[in-house]
Amino acid sequence: MAVIDHDVELTRAGANVRGRLGSMLFFVRRYPLGAVGALIMLAFAATAVFADAIATFDPLTTNARDSLAPPGDRHLLGADFMGRDMLARIIYGARISLAVGLGATTLGCLVGMIIGLLSGYFGGWLDLTVQRLMDIMQSLPLLVMALVMAASLGPSLTNTIIAIAIPLVPNVARVIRSNTLSLREMPFVEAARAVGMSETRIAVSHVLPNTLAPLIVLATAQFGSAILVESALAFLGLGVPEPHPSWGRMLSESAAEYVRTAPWLVIFPGVAISAVVFGTNLLGDAIRDMLDPRQRF
Amino acid sequence: MGAYLVRRFLLMLLTLFGMSVLIFVMLRLVPGNITDIIFDSAGFVNPAQKAKIERQLGLDQPIVAQYITWISGLARGDLGYAFVSERPALEEILPRIPVTAKLAVLALVFSVLFGVPLGVISAVRQNTGLDYALRVVSLSGLSLPSFWLGLLILMACVNWFGWIPIYRSTPGSFWSEIALLSIPAAAVGFRSSALVMRLTRSSMLEVLRQDYVRTARAKGASDPSVNYDHALRNAMLPVVTIIGIEAAFLIGGLIVTETVFNIPGVARFLVEAIRWRDYPIVQNLVMFIAVIVVVVNFVVDMAYVALDPRIKYEE
Repeated sequence: MAVIDHDVELTRAGANVRGRLGSMLFFVRRYPLGAVGALIMLAFAATAVFADAIATFDPLTTNARDSLAPPGDRHLLGADFMGRDMLARIIYGARISLAVGLGATTLGCLVGMIIGLLSGYFGGWLDLTVQRLMDIMQSLPLLVMALVMAASLGPSLTNTIIAIAIPLVPNVARVIRSNTLSLREMPFVEAARAVGMSETRIAVSHVLPNTLAPLIVLATAQFGSAILVESALAFLGLGVPEPHPSWGRMLSESAAEYVRTAPWLVIFPGVAISAVVFGTNLLGDAIRDMLDPRQRF
Repeated sequence: MGAYLVRRFLLMLLTLFGMSVLIFVMLRLVPGNITDIIFDSAGFVNPAQKAKIERQLGLDQPIVAQYITWISGLARGDLGYAFVSERPALEEILPRIPVTAKLAVLALVFSVLFGVPLGVISAVRQNTGLDYALRVVSLSGLSLPSFWLGLLILMACVNWFGWIPIYRSTPGSFWSEIALLSIPAAAVGFRSSALVMRLTRSSMLEVLRQDYVRTARAKGASDPSVNYDHALRNAMLPVVTIIGIEAAFLIGGLIVTETVFNIPGVARFLVEAIRWRDYPIVQNLVMFIAVIVVVVNFVVDMAYVALDPRIKYEE
């Protein structure tokens, strides 16, 4: 066994880190891959927010002369069948992905959190009913559930968000519930009860904040899968409708025809999806290492 | 154990019953059914004709009556008639299952064949360059949409071999069919293999730092013996679970991959049926998928008991 150098270990564990800048630098040094992921996510969010300023073309304007124009000076990433600039469409597509990713994750986590907290803290018949309901929802794969939801709600941005959020609920509810179950027995909950706090207040102000760490870990993972599912739904023609440029729909079935003639139509939207989800996964891994030390590998 | 099995079986039935109600209500939640789609594309609506078709398909009945008709039929093995083809739903679904099943099995084989050994290597060589490279590869496996991977493979085949791996329903032999299917199977299996690899790695690392592994090393056991005889066996437990769950959840990847490669399987058929609001097909297929998921979950739990004698489902 090697001799433990206490100074090195302390620095590694983040002792003596001061200020916001200091903790950021520490994160970068400790989780370089996570920092790369955070950079990708930042670039993604900035692209979505400042799409108007970045894009040099309108993503919806068609131009017959530029139909299937290859990448070049005029169209950096080429143009699609209708002569629309690919780069502009990818830039504006970031908005759809960000909206669906954020919207579905927030909605799914919020509903899942409430359900998990209620069923874990109060237990009883409510818990039993909720658990059976979650069983039912988990008996279909995410994409299949989202497909059926999207088809039955109809195509629109809001409906796509709901269709993806609902299948995310059971995962979140399960995690929050199991955390709540163990937190419920903690001495600090007993102490709160002893000083006469109401059960609702204990649940909200003592138990809930302690479930946030696993929730954040879960939410980052869900964000990535929400974007993947959105692209799959759009690819299958059941996602956000035209004219919104969605990365998945840019790859939709017709793209297979262009595999031979216009590969840029196939390559770039896929790169965009993969890069963003890759960034989420990198960041998610780092956050999990940070917040959930038991799984630190 | 007997009581546990009975309770578990009843819960499975309850879940499936809930699923059947959920899917049935969800499909009928929105206004508009197959007759609307037909008449929309025809351009004009003759209410009398529309009502006649709705009556023929049983869509004019109250929703509870429609549900009872479906479920009682299901219990007798009668799945009803597909709206689009007007053939018995069973005849539409059954012939499409073998292709999808072969794809799923191949994808699983792929994911285990690559995922487990690479995960073990990554764990044994923790924090080396190889470990980092493998981790990035596995993370990218979780990040690539499988339909895009499929499109990239198609593109590579076209550009490098001038040939597209199109599935034919009458392939030469069993092996040529497998060879043809292995390409889309790899596109689906890449994601699962990444998942299996990550889990194998973290599970291996956890086991490798346990006391009995240190004891084995102290006794002078060789590295391969410690890694494979002592550690791997115990590390495989959670991996078995994830493989089982992936087996049931592969259908998501199969849906898009069958669409990309134009494979006439049951997963692509589900999407087509959803687009047409072909209720009998969608309902029955969704139930079929739910049955697979529920049964696989049960089998995984039982496999756990068989693999780990410490686990007992009693009480």
